[in-house]
Amino acid sequence: MSLTELSLHDLQQQLQTRAVSSVELTRAFLSRIAATQGQVNAFITLCEDQALAAAEAADRRLAAGDAAPLTGLPLAVKDIFNTAGVRTTCASKILADYVAPYDATAVARLKDQGAVLLGKLNMDEFAMGSSNETSAFGAVKNPWNPACVAGGSSGGSAAAVAACQVPASLGTDTGGSIRQPASHCGVVGLKPTYGRVSRYGVIAYASSLDQVGPLARNVADCALLLQAVAGHDPLDSTSVDLAVPDYLAALGEGLAGLRIGLPREYFIAGLDADVQKAVAAAIDVYRGLGAEVVEVSLPHTEYAVACYYLIATAEASSNLARYDGVRYGLRAEAAQGLLDMYMQSRGQGFGAEVKRRIMLGTYALSSGYYDAYYLKAQKVRTLIRRDFLRAFDQCDVLLTPVAPTPAFRLGEKTADPLQMYLSDIFTIPVNLAGTCGLALPCGMSGAGLPIGLQLVGKPFDEATLLRVAHAFEQATDWHRKTAPL
Amino acid sequence: MLSKYETVIGLEVHVQLTTATKIFCGCSTRFGAPPNSQTCPVCLALPGALPVLNGKAVDFAILAGLATHCRIAPRSIFARKNYFYPDLPKGYQISQYELPICEHGHLDISLEGGATKRIGITRIHMEEDAGKSMHGETPETSASSFVDLNRAGTPLLEIVSEPDMRSPEEAIAYLKKLHQIVVYLGVCDGNLEQGSFRCDANVSVRPRGQEAFGTRAEIKNINSFRFIKQAIEYEVERQIELVENGEKVVQETRLFDPATGVTRSMRGKEDAHDYRYFPDPDLVPLVVDEAWIARMREQMPELPEARRARFVRDYGIPEYDAEVLTAERALADYYDACVKLHGGGKVCANWVMGEVIRGLNEQGIGIAECPVRPQMLAGMLQRIDDGTISGKIAKTVFDEMWRSGRDADTIIAEKGLKQVTDTGAIEAIIDEILAANPGQVEEYRAGKEKVFGFFVGQVMKASKGKANPAAVNDLLKKKLAGG
Repeated sequence: MSLTELSLHDLQQQLQTRAVSSVELTRAFLSRIAATQGQVNAFITLCEDQALAAAEAADRRLAAGDAAPLTGLPLAVKDIFNTAGVRTTCASKILADYVAPYDATAVARLKDQGAVLLGKLNMDEFAMGSSNETSAFGAVKNPWNPACVAGGSSGGSAAAVAACQVPASLGTDTGGSIRQPASHCGVVGLKPTYGRVSRYGVIAYASSLDQVGPLARNVADCALLLQAVAGHDPLDSTSVDLAVPDYLAALGEGLAGLRIGLPREYFIAGLDADVQKAVAAAIDVYRGLGAEVVEVSLPHTEYAVACYYLIATAEASSNLARYDGVRYGLRAEAAQGLLDMYMQSRGQGFGAEVKRRIMLGTYALSSGYYDAYYLKAQKVRTLIRRDFLRAFDQCDVLLTPVAPTPAFRLGEKTADPLQMYLSDIFTIPVNLAGTCGLALPCGMSGAGLPIGLQLVGKPFDEATLLRVAHAFEQATDWHRKTAPL
Repeated sequence: MLSKYETVIGLEVHVQLTTATKIFCGCSTRFGAPPNSQTCPVCLALPGALPVLNGKAVDFAILAGLATHCRIAPRSIFARKNYFYPDLPKGYQISQYELPICEHGHLDISLEGGATKRIGITRIHMEEDAGKSMHGETPETSASSFVDLNRAGTPLLEIVSEPDMRSPEEAIAYLKKLHQIVVYLGVCDGNLEQGSFRCDANVSVRPRGQEAFGTRAEIKNINSFRFIKQAIEYEVERQIELVENGEKVVQETRLFDPATGVTRSMRGKEDAHDYRYFPDPDLVPLVVDEAWIARMREQMPELPEARRARFVRDYGIPEYDAEVLTAERALADYYDACVKLHGGGKVCANWVMGEVIRGLNEQGIGIAECPVRPQMLAGMLQRIDDGTISGKIAKTVFDEMWRSGRDADTIIAEKGLKQVTDTGAIEAIIDEILAANPGQVEEYRAGKEKVFGFFVGQVMKASKGKANPAAVNDLLKKKLAGG
């Protein structure tokens, strides 16, 4: 097995036993990226020089015996995280040349541990999309089949791990943007509870839904990365001041007495047959591991997608107002006067999907429509959150598919935004409820594409979620499959 | 014409808070720094930056709410007010909309003739200020505009009154009262020219006896008490004229032009922004518990009304004096300190309202810069009390304290201003004066008692003012009577 196929934990061990240096590791991943970037397009920006400098510093730290868990490990982050001195585009023309003067808190925490940042990963523009096709830097291609989408919006974060370009990455999840691409690319992706990881320095799409999370080859690696970035940040008022448990320590505790809930609204007609089969098999695995499986109901599920596309777009319409060409980012050169500058800069800088969502959100907040749309959506959101809290009276975690189908073909849904929006039907409610969800590989389709299983945990109970997912991994080997790239 | 109509005025006042740092980041709020030197990712609205509420601004909002008898909301919400403008970096202003921090308050204003009137305060909410846009003034820059974001994120309170005022005079009385209170509280420096206290006026007219309000115009950003009066007066006349001519007042925003004294339409209702307010998802609800309110209550300084009453009650000075002395917190502090050091309420009031205020006015300085500090004034007054100097000489000592900044005892000693109380010395002077003016002595003894004053003056003059006036009186009377 080559270095680039190893898990974060394996690499950590190699570094700490000095079997390999961080510089060697960094070079190995950089050459893997160079060899496969053309096929996958997972990276928007590579920062080789900074990475090698960080690797040298990490090697000194390892030699000095003061290594942190991530010291010397190569990682990459979605291009939605601000990184001081390395451009941050959010996959948009409007920020194509933008270089931030500061690091996002999550990035700063990785750097503090001595992690080596290889580059910035492709994504849907401003995280708006389910297929990575809205990126101004071209779509990410699925490492399992380059004719298929990698999923979105953290498509680059998932594909880079699947393509062995990085052992793990950070993404963000607003309506499924970590879990859905993780599922499509056959890797593990965790969306923590809203408030668990700081959003400071993460470019906002929908502030009340956005959450930072890890993607990796296995559950333990996700736990390692979550451990590094989780915890209160005084710079983010919505980050929660709760103690962060030791996620790795809890992994092996077993499933005795665990109750798994199956929300009946998620097992619907129209679910792809391969997906249904894989999820059913996963349920059997859990039964075999001694878990009790119960049926539960999340009665407001059918309103989730509509609710999400009102709240997320409303927040986005306001969050994206700052891209006005005044202080940074694209400014249309030929503009005549202020209004023209705004219209041309934003007209040229934003792609079609971003414009669509800004218009939808602006409409939802407009005087005369606010009560019917935004306010009503907030009320529905409360009902959806209650659905989950009630379901958790009967079970410890929920088990569902991640997406109704495996990865679809590039271009297949771009003409039909509603079809595209529905591909997040199982992940969106988790963001609306504000709780945590995890996607992990549980099967392969007949066409050779990965299928993902979603586990949903109680608010701030990522530890249980990780433990339950880890038990599945111990009993199966879906996570060991590598994309044929 | 005016008497046929009633004026209805409601005021919105923006009070800039004196916190050291901005409301959602740690940047300084200092005025006058080089453009954009007091900025950071948060107040520049760089991608990914998030606001964190400054607790001190909340303290100040609670103080203002308590001082104006508001209910402090246990839970209030920050909202985004969305509009595009170059000096509004996020494309929205963080403000409060549906649930402000303070509601249902009032202020009592004094009307002419001594009556008081209660003006309702609808709400007080917290918000951030915008930056400043400037247009290029040199030939090379005339095609450009410049944005300075130093002010962006400075904390403001918006204090909204009920439409309870019925004349420009009432509006001014309300504003002065409000101004006095926020300055007393120390939450605002009260500087109108620098925009620390800004006023928008909602003005309408209606035929007397009609209950429904007329259509109002909002007059924006008027930056002096005088202009507010002018602007309202002009607006009332304009609206009455429209109504009299059978035209309609349109709901609109108008700007006051101080150069011409008129208001001009800025934008009509149809151009009014749809601000698309919604709760800011980056900020959690602001929860103010009873303990926080109690803490602020403890920190609340004595307000002008309470202080005025105390001065009258404890220091025995007339209402009028108390009113003058409490107009400004710093002046009231000065007077209070003098009385605490010296004890004489009335005599301190006389000196502060007389010599001190006169000196300040002559030099155009404030009480904070007064060279005669309370302990200096009190020390001098003690020397009058113990007979070291006379009230007349005290004026000379005061002027010298003002000029030199030295205390009364030093000046009295150096200049030999100690009062002569030695009766022998005074008698000698009197004998001399009487001997030199036999004619006047005759007149006095013939019953022309007015001449007495002449003798007092001569004796004081001969003693260079240092003779104790009471002793001079006594001895003169004796000598003149005794012959």
